[in-house]
Amino acid sequence: MVVVVMQAASRVQQVWDALDAVPDPEIPVVSIRELGILRDVREDDEGLEIIITPTYSGCPAMDQIADDIHTALAQQQLSARITTQLAPAWTTDWITAAAKTKLRSYGIAPPHTLVPGSDKVIRFAPRHAAEAVACPQCGSLNTTETSHFGSTACKALYKCLDCLEPFDYFKSY
Amino acid sequence: MNAVASSVHASLKQLLHLADNALVLGQRNAEWCGNGPVLEEDIALANMSLDLIGQARMLYQHAATVSGGGASEDSLAYFRNADDFRNFTLLELPHASATSERDYAVTIVRNFLYSAFMLLQWEALQASNDAQLAGIAGKSLKEVRYHFRHSRDWLIRLGDGTTESHQRTQAALNQLMPYTAEFWTSDRPALRAPWDGLVNDALKEAGLLRPSVQASLPHGKTGQHSDHLAPLLADMQSLARAHPRALW
Repeated sequence: MVVVVMQAASRVQQVWDALDAVPDPEIPVVSIRELGILRDVREDDEGLEIIITPTYSGCPAMDQIADDIHTALAQQQLSARITTQLAPAWTTDWITAAAKTKLRSYGIAPPHTLVPGSDKVIRFAPRHAAEAVACPQCGSLNTTETSHFGSTACKALYKCLDCLEPFDYFKSY
Repeated sequence: MNAVASSVHASLKQLLHLADNALVLGQRNAEWCGNGPVLEEDIALANMSLDLIGQARMLYQHAATVSGGGASEDSLAYFRNADDFRNFTLLELPHASATSERDYAVTIVRNFLYSAFMLLQWEALQASNDAQLAGIAGKSLKEVRYHFRHSRDWLIRLGDGTTESHQRTQAALNQLMPYTAEFWTSDRPALRAPWDGLVNDALKEAGLLRPSVQASLPHGKTGQHSDHLAPLLADMQSLARAHPRALW
């Protein structure tokens, strides 16, 4: 009995190890585990089960992520069924500190770089909670939002008013 | 009908109403893809359509599970006809105004009125007894906050903008406000006062006047639609119907 339990535990661990480096298809500098998309690995009578959660409900990368998981497992002679779980809803709080550093050096301002009490006003939208996002290139807080919506569902478009570089902001969610 | 069957029926009806709302508005707003007034808005509308279509998928998947009998998200989205759809009439209307075939003010005003309503409805549905619906509500709430913020910003920008942008936004408001009467035929009258608050506050900031609602009540939610829904569905459903077993 003990032996069986240990085998199961090690198989679950094997899956975690196999999936540790599976990159996000849209932001390949971070892994799906670091982003909080990969939620859990379980084993029951029917075999291994992998729990993933979408960042945004219409995220077009979810099918690609499932394919990438199956491929990574197949390389280790493993197979599992993938279950998409909605609750608790994904939040940018689940992105690890290491991943935030990687995002920044990749040129994407990570979420939660808010400065409370900032008097920065977004043009035409004076009522919003002030969000001061640091430029990932030069670190300046003198930045402005170009659009709430960017190249992927999880990002907004920003521009640095000091170094004049446009950049993506991984918006808090 | 016994109590269990009746409760399944009510739950299915609600899921299809929510799903049809999301799908129809998602499809309508996607018409701006490649036609946006500026590139950023083109991208913004496409992003919001993606959210809405994603929400519709989750709701149809859940509805298919509840209804059983071989239903799937695809059969519900692609193989029902206009009179089977239960979306609000407001959401199927074209972006047209008296002066333009595709008027961005109409798009913004509709998104504003509807996202303000859904902000409150998703918030309330997080407490649903149906755990899957509560999960979908929690996810959708985060998305509709961005939709509301976007449309509210633009409502103010246009309403408090030039003479022309003000006139067109006021005209869009006069045109669309009567359709919101259908929001309150639902079982959620408690949302009405907070919705009025969100709407009145933004209109004041935008310098727009709230028109009094005096039109006859629309009945999209009971399947009686305007002439605009069938062509929208025909466009959306044609590929799936021509190739019923096609896979991506």
